[in-house]
Amino acid sequence: MTTETLTIGKALNLGLRKAMEDDAKVVLMGEDIGKLGGVFRITDGLQKDFGEARVVDTPLAEAGILGTAAGLAMRGYRPVCEIQFDGFVFPAYNQIVTQVAKIHARSQGTMPMPIVIRIPMGGGIGAVEHHSESPEAYFAHTAGLKVVAVSNPVDAYWGIQQAIASPDPIVFLEPKRRYWEKAEVDLDATPDPLFASRVVRGGDDVTVLAYGPMVKTALQAAAAAAEEGRSLEVIDLRTVSPLDLDPVVESVRRTGRCVVVHEAPTSLGLGAEIAARITETCFHSLESPVLRVGGYDTPYPPSKLEEEYLPDLDRVLDAVDRSMGF
Amino acid sequence: MTALPEATEMVDPVPGAAAPHLPPERGVDTVQLLTPEGDRVEHPDYPLDISDEELRGLYRDLVLVRRWDAEATALQRQGELGIWASLLGQEAAQVGAGRALAEGDMAFPTYREHGVAWTRGVDPLHVMSLFRGVDNGGWDPVATRFNLYTIVIGSQCLHATGYAMGVQRDGSEDAVLAFLGDGATSQGEVNEAMIFAASFSAPVVFFCQNNQYAISVPLERQTRVPLYQRATGFGFPGVRVDGNDVLAVLAVTRAALAAAREGQGPTFIEAFTYRMGAHTTSDDPTRYRLASELEEWKLRDPIARLKAHLSRSGVADAQFFDAVEAEADELAVRIRRGTVEMPDPAPAGMFDHVYAEQTPYLAAQKAEFEAYHASFEGGHQ
Repeated sequence: MTTETLTIGKALNLGLRKAMEDDAKVVLMGEDIGKLGGVFRITDGLQKDFGEARVVDTPLAEAGILGTAAGLAMRGYRPVCEIQFDGFVFPAYNQIVTQVAKIHARSQGTMPMPIVIRIPMGGGIGAVEHHSESPEAYFAHTAGLKVVAVSNPVDAYWGIQQAIASPDPIVFLEPKRRYWEKAEVDLDATPDPLFASRVVRGGDDVTVLAYGPMVKTALQAAAAAAEEGRSLEVIDLRTVSPLDLDPVVESVRRTGRCVVVHEAPTSLGLGAEIAARITETCFHSLESPVLRVGGYDTPYPPSKLEEEYLPDLDRVLDAVDRSMGF
Repeated sequence: MTALPEATEMVDPVPGAAAPHLPPERGVDTVQLLTPEGDRVEHPDYPLDISDEELRGLYRDLVLVRRWDAEATALQRQGELGIWASLLGQEAAQVGAGRALAEGDMAFPTYREHGVAWTRGVDPLHVMSLFRGVDNGGWDPVATRFNLYTIVIGSQCLHATGYAMGVQRDGSEDAVLAFLGDGATSQGEVNEAMIFAASFSAPVVFFCQNNQYAISVPLERQTRVPLYQRATGFGFPGVRVDGNDVLAVLAVTRAALAAAREGQGPTFIEAFTYRMGAHTTSDDPTRYRLASELEEWKLRDPIARLKAHLSRSGVADAQFFDAVEAEADELAVRIRRGTVEMPDPAPAGMFDHVYAEQTPYLAAQKAEFEAYHASFEGGHQ
């Protein structure tokens, strides 16, 4: 067993390296990912080892990155595109939604689009506008795309490799404020499937759902609640589209209560879809309405206000209180 | 803060009459090998060595493609197609470009490239099925090396460039041909495609059919300079060709593809032509262009000039022309019958290729859909 202590960022770097070693068709594309190694250094050292044909510093144009990635995929390549920050994915939105997502269906299966779109997501780093957003709902709403959100180094290491090996286009969301968080990663382990949610803390009173950067927040809330004698079950959704709700349904049927947490604006966010599906499947088990804790329906605020905007431990506990008190 | 002055009257920022959408004079930066009267002329940069058989083949292509187009327009009028995007007037641009492709080359069409589809061996019925609403194009884009029609304007130019970047990485000598229209040159993605292609010296040729109108909006709203001159700014050659001259289009496109194959990078070709019909069957061009303009362009018909040349030079005789007409009639019958008799798609098929690996949720949705339909007596069509 080979175990290493890795940050999420380093785990992604090693996962990318492994994927490139395993498959010569894997090509990384993005802005500043070559010599610089990306603004978060996720691709650090890869251009040096794999060359400029496989780690491509592109012109500064996101639609260009995704559109040429689609063309490379048509030629049999497996592009991995880095979008520098979440808010900069929108120039590429047309290519992602009208082309990358639809080409497999349009071509009746003759043209797969094995493209990974890596996006550092979410806030909490004190950045300027467009650097702290959570765009997952836009992509989860689009048929043909799959969307995953990793929360820890183990899933980062395996997840990026699984996403690259997948024949479908995947929006791969990385929790940017957690890039530097560490954990032990067993490099010889058999990983969990990519499109599966996971119970990360058992409990009996309320089921708390989170993904990406909010998993840690949910776990902190569960630890705090335990001190008050409340037992929260925390599930890391891991996959946003498709959702894997079987473990959630099992949990909610037991607890009767559910709180969904995400950074994205609450209205029409993933929490809305999850609440609807839980209501459809667990109606007779529910003791209280499914509650959502999310960002507000405002533009992401200037960074001096982001702590007010982002769900935190207290807001999760507040929702737990409301759920229990219903 | 100073208040803005109150406007009393809206000022037209670009006053003046529309430019006449007529072809430039011969010799003025436009490659021509066949005059509108059907006279063969030479161009120093584009010699064309072509056999009589190839010449007759081009004529046959042009006539059959126009007949297909006419039949499709008629079928739309009779309710058999949802819509049709006519290529009338652009046959030479499309056939010339399509016949310049080598077998391994890949083409990326817009939704009007029926003439190119024809040259790639795509069954016309696989194009008709798209416009009938049966599928999104029934041909295999990998086997035919002819991508599916891309309907969002200009998006395919990036796919072509990326594909060409793949060709480079393969060390292959394939080349790539991206089709676009005059309107598409205003799209950001098209400009990004040219930047990427130039930056990576990708083996891609941008083939722009300037048919003078983007639906109703004339060329002068898209550009202040002739389109082929844009290429200079991207750092690769631009050439304007008489788009109604199939020989010139063939020669110019062949040369550009050869340059791409040799590692010289992209070329922008502006095929100067005219959309003689409507944008689509839903359009009414009498609202935005003059009848006199169309009359001028009829004198430059791409088929008439090749026919004149073939007759005058003795390459083809009346028997040949009659045979092509008869073949066109047979093709039209086949297209009509095949379209009218085309079965509707199986309803549950819409779930099948959303993903290469179907998701459990979508599989369940499909099962529910099928159960719902099965719940009706005798099934539900």
